[in-house]
Amino acid sequence: MTQSFDAVIVGGGLFGAFTGLFLTRMGKRVALVERGHVGAQSSGANFGKLRLQGRAIEQYPLSLAAQSHWENFESLTGEGCEYDRTGMIYLASSPDGRQKLLKYAQNSLACGLEVEVVEGEALRRKMPWLAAQDGMIASCSTRCAVANPRLGTPAVVRAMLRGGGVLFDNAEVTRIAHGSNGFTLSGPTLDTVSAPVLVNAAGAWAAAICAQFGEEVPLIAAGPPQFVTEPLPYTLRPSLYTIEGDLLLRQIPRGNFIFAGYPRTLANADGEHTLVPPQKTLAGMRSVARKLPFLRHAEVIRVWSGVEGYLPDMLPVLGPSQTTPGLFHAFGGSGGGFQIAPAVGENLAYQICGRPPPVDLTRYSIGRFSSNLVVSEKMTSEFDPSGYDRRC
Amino acid sequence: MSELHPVVIGAGPAGLACAKALLEAGLRPVVLEENPRPGGQGTRRLSPLMTPEAERLFGHAQAGATARREAEEDRVLAACDWRPGSLVWGIFDNRLAILRDGRHDSLPYDRLLIATGATDRIMAFPGWTLPGVFSLGAAQVALKQHAAFIGSRVVLAGASPLLYLAAAQYLRMGVRHLTIVDAASRAQKRRAAAGMAMTGLSTLIEGLRLLRELRRPDVRRIDGADLVRAIGGERLEAVEIRHASGRTETLACDALAFGHGLRPETQLAELAGARFSFHPQLRNWFPIIDADGRAGQRLWLAGDGAMTGGREAAAYSGRLAALSMLADRAGAASPVTREARALRRRARRLRRFQVHSAGAFPWPHEQAAAMPDDTIICRCERVTAGEIRKAVSSTAGPVEINRVKAITRCGMGRCQARFCGPTLQELTAAASGRPVESVGRLRAQAPLRPIPVGSADEEARA
Ligand SMILES: Cc1cc2nc3c(=O)[nH]c(=O)nc-3n(C[C@H](O)[C@H](O)[C@H](O)COP(=O)(O)OP(=O)(O)OC[C@H]3O[C@@H](n4cnc5c(N)ncnc54)[C@H](O)[C@@H]3O)c2cc1C
Repeated sequence: MTQSFDAVIVGGGLFGAFTGLFLTRMGKRVALVERGHVGAQSSGANFGKLRLQGRAIEQYPLSLAAQSHWENFESLTGEGCEYDRTGMIYLASSPDGRQKLLKYAQNSLACGLEVEVVEGEALRRKMPWLAAQDGMIASCSTRCAVANPRLGTPAVVRAMLRGGGVLFDNAEVTRIAHGSNGFTLSGPTLDTVSAPVLVNAAGAWAAAICAQFGEEVPLIAAGPPQFVTEPLPYTLRPSLYTIEGDLLLRQIPRGNFIFAGYPRTLANADGEHTLVPPQKTLAGMRSVARKLPFLRHAEVIRVWSGVEGYLPDMLPVLGPSQTTPGLFHAFGGSGGGFQIAPAVGENLAYQICGRPPPVDLTRYSIGRFSSNLVVSEKMTSEFDPSGYDRRC
Repeated sequence: MSELHPVVIGAGPAGLACAKALLEAGLRPVVLEENPRPGGQGTRRLSPLMTPEAERLFGHAQAGATARREAEEDRVLAACDWRPGSLVWGIFDNRLAILRDGRHDSLPYDRLLIATGATDRIMAFPGWTLPGVFSLGAAQVALKQHAAFIGSRVVLAGASPLLYLAAAQYLRMGVRHLTIVDAASRAQKRRAAAGMAMTGLSTLIEGLRLLRELRRPDVRRIDGADLVRAIGGERLEAVEIRHASGRTETLACDALAFGHGLRPETQLAELAGARFSFHPQLRNWFPIIDADGRAGQRLWLAGDGAMTGGREAAAYSGRLAALSMLADRAGAASPVTREARALRRRARRLRRFQVHSAGAFPWPHEQAAAMPDDTIICRCERVTAGEIRKAVSSTAGPVEINRVKAITRCGMGRCQARFCGPTLQELTAAASGRPVESVGRLRAQAPLRPIPVGSADEEARA
């Protein structure tokens, strides 16, 4: 028995879930198909930062639109996800980093995000717990926030279900047929579903669907190492990021410090896991110990990573296919997909319904890979050496 | 490239037997042990304070045997590359991540034996997190390592071979008020006895001897009764039990030790690439090994960490694994000597004994369904049974155990689910109405134990 829908979404991560939620709100009958459990991949394993600083100017329209949704997450979905407007401190210690930081601060201000830049004595006074070095500079924003990634996706999916959407979980899509009346999907544990619209929100696994429709994308599967300490008294509300990438850290109200560090590690050959090499755990611990001496005696209790899809320009692919009418892409969060996910879902839903999206998605088009693509400098600075070359 | 020395993790009976066999073959294994002294859990060495009490604790004959065994172990270790106090906290790319004396080290291996033993398997119950409540293994550690009782009015409860052993040792050392609450009824134990006699007569006789020793007017033994709750304000004051008849009774006490058999310590094996299968009688997951304990191209497992079997089985399986490693070195698939065949037979028999004894020491899985909602399951993160049930039954909620952990935080704390994992497994199964083997198995994550942030900063240490 084939079940028919207006749209079928492959991938129950946050991109797929928000697309499903906004489509149902626009009156569409939606099927969300997930191979395993919703929000169990990148969307559930991530660091939980809703970061607005440190972005290129072009990314702001989508990021700011997304932040408004996070700020209203409870009224949007009917559930909480431990959203907390903690603020963020962006920190640079190197001369190079300083230049970048000032540039990013300008970007922020130009796009309407307030930031305060501090250095020298002011910085020492503001952050006495930091092992401050000469030349350190910080930009602080109060609108940056955090949320609990493990709670986010299931909440969005439940809201979609209440709106009439249908979830097929534990249902891998292994076959997609395309004909005059749309797309027909099936798999070993998935009875046939069909729809005139197909959304490819398959995260790090999205390239296979692209290839089937004649679209090549240089998607890399990798993940940054994440660490968590035992709970300690809650003292540090804002999240802390160094522009050099050796430290991303936040404390959650129950006391644990969560931290992360580059370089990112490529996923295993099976594509299902990214294991953290112990050397990276030690490197992460070392930079915490040096920058935040008060944490020297804290103990790390758990380490993990995830399987995230990265594109060479560190931007996602969003919008219609260039080869196949009815096919839409939403994948390749490139390390920042958690924050932008609500706006991804909303704008894609507009496009699918044939309405102009509030944010222009042109720069995220899959077509950009056929011309000369600018490779982000992050590709060399934030991944294991040769990681990018090895995969592309 | 020259060959690396074989590496043994764990200096209990299994690891030591393996090291000895490797030495006999002319190799010099590296032996890593988390504790400062060899011995393992069941055969844990006495602290200097307790050494003069060895005869009292073990009895004359066994004290002598223990002393001889320990002297032999010391001889073996003196010939090995012996590194006590080494915490192996991760395995990646055929290298071990080790923390020893505050220093990190990375050790590559060609052939690795993991013999990390077992710890108490416990089913949470209301009040189990009160100060004064211990596991049966901890009660023994207190005695052997710290020369201390866990209390003066002691209740030992559950269903475990450790139950009567701990009771006898406490009694021999002079504890006055002792109550044993055995979850298995006499009938259950009688039924299991036949199979136990067939597979491990001497162990059964040892057990019966303990039971006789404990038949004294000052020891109260209750059969077929369950723990209902531990009662107390700041600390334990009493435990409430339910007799087979349904009647409840409150036992005043200042310490309780409980346990429901053993669970293998398998995290390292998993990080080294072992796969797992579900054992229906023991109702738990065990690493998949061949008849010699081999679990992968470079990986061998022995002792209780591979499959519950007790001290003797551990020693046989450790030696057998060594023979298999040696055969592998010589390019053979598995050892074909008579000794190897005999070891296989003996280890298999003793492990079957454990399966039979599961009847005498039942895992009380049915308690999960009846557990009150406010029972704390995860003591590190303070997650209750009710929170787990709610997560499991919510729409688009988790029915896979790693997802339950992710959503509720149960098992995310310091102990990494080593204590709450078995309860979480049963609770997830009961709340989702699915067989326990179908809700999955908690994945292991490094680091195995908490490691201090500052330990990674070599400069500051120098
Ligand atoms: C460790 C880590 C930390 C991060 N930190 C942050 C952060 O702090 N802030 C931030 O903004 N971003 C962060 N990110 C990135 C962010 O998590 C991702 O960009 C975002 O979650 C991507 O969502 P997604 O829906 O595209 O992918 P996913 O969440 O991976 O979802 C894709 C889904 O598709 C399913 N699927 C794939 N193939 C099939 C198939 N054939 N059939 C059915 N289903 C299929 C998968 O099972 C999966 O559930 C981090 C990522 C990682 C890994």
